[in-house]
Amino acid sequence: MNIATFAKRFWGQGLILILLILLATFPLYTMPLFGSDYPLIFLQAIIMFVILTVSWAFFSGPTGYISLAPAAFFGIGIYTTAVVGKSLPLLATVAAGGVVSFIIALLVGAVTLRLKGIFFAVFTFGLVVLIKELLLFWEITVTGTRGRFVLLVDNDTIYYIIFGILILTLLTTYFIRRSKFGMAMQSIGENEEAAAHMGVNVTLVKVITFAISAIFMGAAGAIMATKWTYVDPYVAFDIRMSFLPVLMAIFGGVGTYYGPILGSVVFSYLEELLLTKFPYYYMLTFGIILVVVILYLPGGVASLIERLRQRLQKGGLTGKHANT
Amino acid sequence: MITTIVDIVVAGLLMGGIYALVAMGLNLQYGVARVFNVSHGEFIMLGAFLTWFLFTAAGINPLLSLAICGPVMFILGFLMYRIVFIRLRRVSPSLDAFEANSMLAAFGLLFIVQNIALMIWGGAMRGYSFLNFGVNFLGTTFAANRLAALVLAILVSAIFYVILVSTRLGKGIRAAAADPATAGLMGVNINMVLTLCFGFGALMAGFAGVLISMCYPIYATIGLEYTIIAIIVVVLGGMGSIPGSLIGGFILGLVGSIVSSWQPALAIAAYYVLFMILLLVRPSGILGK
Amino acid sequence: MRILEGEKVSKYFGGLRALSNVDFHIDQGEIVGLIGPNGAGKTTLFNLISGALVTKRGVIRFKDKKITGLKPYQICRLGVARTFQSVKIFANMPVLENVLLSSFFGMSTSASSSDATRAAIESLEFLNLSETRATPARDLTLANQKRLEVARALATNPEILLLDELMAGLTHTEVTEAMELITKLRDKGITIFMIEHVMKAIMSICDRIMVLHHGEKIAEGTPTEVCNSKKVVEVYLGE
Repeated sequence: MNIATFAKRFWGQGLILILLILLATFPLYTMPLFGSDYPLIFLQAIIMFVILTVSWAFFSGPTGYISLAPAAFFGIGIYTTAVVGKSLPLLATVAAGGVVSFIIALLVGAVTLRLKGIFFAVFTFGLVVLIKELLLFWEITVTGTRGRFVLLVDNDTIYYIIFGILILTLLTTYFIRRSKFGMAMQSIGENEEAAAHMGVNVTLVKVITFAISAIFMGAAGAIMATKWTYVDPYVAFDIRMSFLPVLMAIFGGVGTYYGPILGSVVFSYLEELLLTKFPYYYMLTFGIILVVVILYLPGGVASLIERLRQRLQKGGLTGKHANT
Repeated sequence: MITTIVDIVVAGLLMGGIYALVAMGLNLQYGVARVFNVSHGEFIMLGAFLTWFLFTAAGINPLLSLAICGPVMFILGFLMYRIVFIRLRRVSPSLDAFEANSMLAAFGLLFIVQNIALMIWGGAMRGYSFLNFGVNFLGTTFAANRLAALVLAILVSAIFYVILVSTRLGKGIRAAAADPATAGLMGVNINMVLTLCFGFGALMAGFAGVLISMCYPIYATIGLEYTIIAIIVVVLGGMGSIPGSLIGGFILGLVGSIVSSWQPALAIAAYYVLFMILLLVRPSGILGK
Repeated sequence: MRILEGEKVSKYFGGLRALSNVDFHIDQGEIVGLIGPNGAGKTTLFNLISGALVTKRGVIRFKDKKITGLKPYQICRLGVARTFQSVKIFANMPVLENVLLSSFFGMSTSASSSDATRAAIESLEFLNLSETRATPARDLTLANQKRLEVARALATNPEILLLDELMAGLTHTEVTEAMELITKLRDKGITIFMIEHVMKAIMSICDRIMVLHHGEKIAEGTPTEVCNSKKVVEVYLGE
């Protein structure tokens, strides 16, 4: 393989596709200019879920370790804003949310990524609840004040910032996955023991991937905190923020890059529509879909699309596998 | 009233009995059937609500409800395993994949059951009064219902342990837990054993639900709380060890009672800290392999 | 030169004694066979050497440097590579990427992209797998998957290669090809330590053979010596 083919790996089909999508979604960038408030808020929520889902899938997809920590990092981002939001410029606060989440994820990962998959999942779940309980205790017993007031930011700014985080998330995860590091990640998911024996520092790769995924979750939490004037541990550390991205990613299909995006767009759209009117029906349907997908379509919707694509390719060309 | 050590210990034991029962059910489901059933708590919740409903609507004695809820939950669990997890086992490429997939599927089931309950009963707290008088024992007064719950919990655990150790079914279960492939070769109908195990796990959850409803107020979202407690106890006592769950349950109950007497708001946090330390230091638990 | 040696290596799984006080040594350039009935502890020994398992009893040294206690990736980068009894390829990745991974991460010094790619391609050529570069690994035949495992190990530029039952499941012809491959590898300068049940291969290409039984080394020597050892005969005939 020479430089040309190597470059093709980077500037291949995928990136062109992304550029096309970016162009097609141009209205999104300019939304604040001509949209009214409601669609903007709607979009903010969707983008938030896309960030969480893509970040989740970035780590849990290739490694196969199911993490239930998104809610923890999202909440950490929220609380970072609650604590420093009034003293720092907005962008710095958002960055702080990402950095704090990164650091905590590094610590948690270093300590827990040696655990077997199931235990890691339960541990991350416990982390969310533990942080919530500890903060609650702190607020009730030590500081005496329950919850904090967050600075107010206008919708347009929130939108631009969260949109920016989305672009960052998408680009970062895309390029890392295509890199040497991404190859290591995938090999761990395929066969961790073999990967270790071929020279991959498995623990390091897992921890760093986990920590990177936390950055965007934290940043998203930091900016979304400005939507609620008041936050307390219950609001900030809602375990649904862990469950939902998992569900969305699995529905969309974890094996591809666009699967989680697809799943989160569809479901967050539905959520925003239905949540206020039929919350229980919504979650019930979600549960049913999750079970059905796991049983009958483990690759998610993306696997259906891939199968269709292969069939079309086979029909069109001589039936040779396309070289990715 | 002065909180004595006896008070704390007994309160811990009373809670612990229920924890043990709850954990034993999950132990069967994960230790044997390898399903990390995060919807375990929902069966508890259903058992609790069913008892409450039977009591308030038809005046049926909760002790009698044990005989109703148990089998109902057993059937539910049996069906659940049959419909969802047997197929999942077949399509999963490896045991690890199966464990991960079944956990996710159980999440789905959790949403389904919990939201159906919410739709039927809403999110409000429910409760009823049963055996709500004091009993004097060792110089302290305990609630009769909690005492009854403890006794029943131990009884159920003991009966189950006996089944496990001396009956053919029990031997089949232990064989399946130790080495499913070989057990299958030895003539044990693995699928049936696992399905039964799962059903028994649900049955114990149902029982626990009945006992819980006797002593505490309930609401449709308590499932997850108890699932987590079950997980912690199972890890504490040792995965796959029924006696371990018994011991672990009591230990956790004591921990909760001790921490509560000092700082009630920290009880749940204490559970998690203990849990996380366990996972890192000795994931096999006290009696685990 | 002693490239690999172990002193009093033992491994217990709970109460089960998998390996007990095994002393061994491999000289550079040798092809050493490791045989023994199933459950004798052969793969356990490999696992201890490669770092997949740890033990506090006994020492293993590679080129006079203690490697017990190191992580697998560290041992790999030092120059010890292995294949696995149950083939552990990266099933959904193309063949080339399987090997690229090793050349990227497994060599003693970090390789540049082009060097790594070259090493990977060379490794595939050595194993006659170049045509299958783009095939997902899971679509290969068993023999080719085993070749892939060797190619993968080879791409880490090892000085010693541990082969765990490479010939299991291979046809007659494939076994002969594998034997040729092993000799070619040795000619390249790589020391070979191989677990095998296929006696024909062991007898013909090994310089020396070690015999394990119930976790203990019961015999060691040239193929002829081992064949004639009463103990070995008892163990194999008695089984």
